[in-house]
Amino acid sequence: MADFALPKNSKITGGKTWPKPAGATETREFKIYRWNPDDGKNPSVDTYYVDVNDCGPMVLDGLIWIKNHIDPTLTFRRSCREGVCGSCAMNIDGQNTLACTKSMHDVKDGAVKVNPLPHQPVVKDLVPDLTNFYAQYASIEPWLKTTTPTPQKEWKQSHEDREKLDGLYECILCACCSTSCPSYWWNSDRFLGPAALLQATRWVTDSRDEATGERLDNLEDPFRLYRCHTIMNCAKACPKGLNPSEAIAELKLKLVERQM
Amino acid sequence: MTYSESHGSPKPPSMRTPLGRVRNLGAAHSGTTDFWRQRITGVAMTLLIVPVLVVILTLVGRNHAGAAQILGSLPIAIILLLFIIASIWHMKIGMQVVIEDYVHSEKLKLASIMANNFFCVAVALASIYALLKLSSGV
Repeated sequence: MADFALPKNSKITGGKTWPKPAGATETREFKIYRWNPDDGKNPSVDTYYVDVNDCGPMVLDGLIWIKNHIDPTLTFRRSCREGVCGSCAMNIDGQNTLACTKSMHDVKDGAVKVNPLPHQPVVKDLVPDLTNFYAQYASIEPWLKTTTPTPQKEWKQSHEDREKLDGLYECILCACCSTSCPSYWWNSDRFLGPAALLQATRWVTDSRDEATGERLDNLEDPFRLYRCHTIMNCAKACPKGLNPSEAIAELKLKLVERQM
Repeated sequence: MTYSESHGSPKPPSMRTPLGRVRNLGAAHSGTTDFWRQRITGVAMTLLIVPVLVVILTLVGRNHAGAAQILGSLPIAIILLLFIIASIWHMKIGMQVVIEDYVHSEKLKLASIMANNFFCVAVALASIYALLKLSSGV
């Protein structure tokens, strides 16, 4: 059966409460998931207090402040700090999002709760192992495939056809959508998940691509595609405001269309 | 610490590449027919539900002879037959989806899907047989 409970050694136990920063007049409480692969202990949730007058407004600013001022062992991915790279995707206050674009002041009740993206193996603390996620992206072959000899200048595309890629090409592969999807939780070994399927739609939709049928062939599968039951957690989670479930519906429609 | 200890999994790590694992046996090239059939039967049930409810309410309180007389009408019998076929087909596909979602042991999955097929065929045949018997006044 699908695993509905965490394995014994993944259950969260205890956690350390770090002292409030000395001299801080206003603090914000952060409760952060910690797990170290080297100490043999179960994960825990540590409590930190961030001096909000010495720190930027975003959750990522808080995490960096903690790393710089309280606990340098706190581990997380980050890079662009402006919602472009997708590195700092994590679960904040129960919602998958980017720590760099989520304001800590938008978390209304109590502490800012930060966990790694759900249902992925954890490398350390807030860093999930996304190997399978990236392999799924590779499996949809995200590049232009053509048989016609490459033109001297460029592959041409009308303005109308280019517009069809809007809402698809903007994906930054942060994995917020896939890891918010229960179908992906239960069947991530076989279901490609919303992110890879949105990207698949991006290439199926591209008027310059000549492998549309081949791409649809590779997707037509009860598990790869049809595990999506359109519950739309993906659209709710997407920090870029994209709608993977609509893109997946588009794929299903094309598969029906080619049978009619 | 081993991989299985750190990842809480009883299985040792696979030596296949991640892409090899994702590609696995390839696409089944099926699923669209079931997906489309699920929609067709859904729409059919939406259209049929009101007439079916009317028939059922008309049958309430009638004795066997009264019921047989109503069900003896060809349009009424056809509405009920269509509803039986649409709903049981819908049920069969829906249950299979649930099994595929949650049952991960290959043997148990095959057995459950087989049992689901047997159950749905049995319920469909029993319902159709009962309806035909009543419609023909037996």
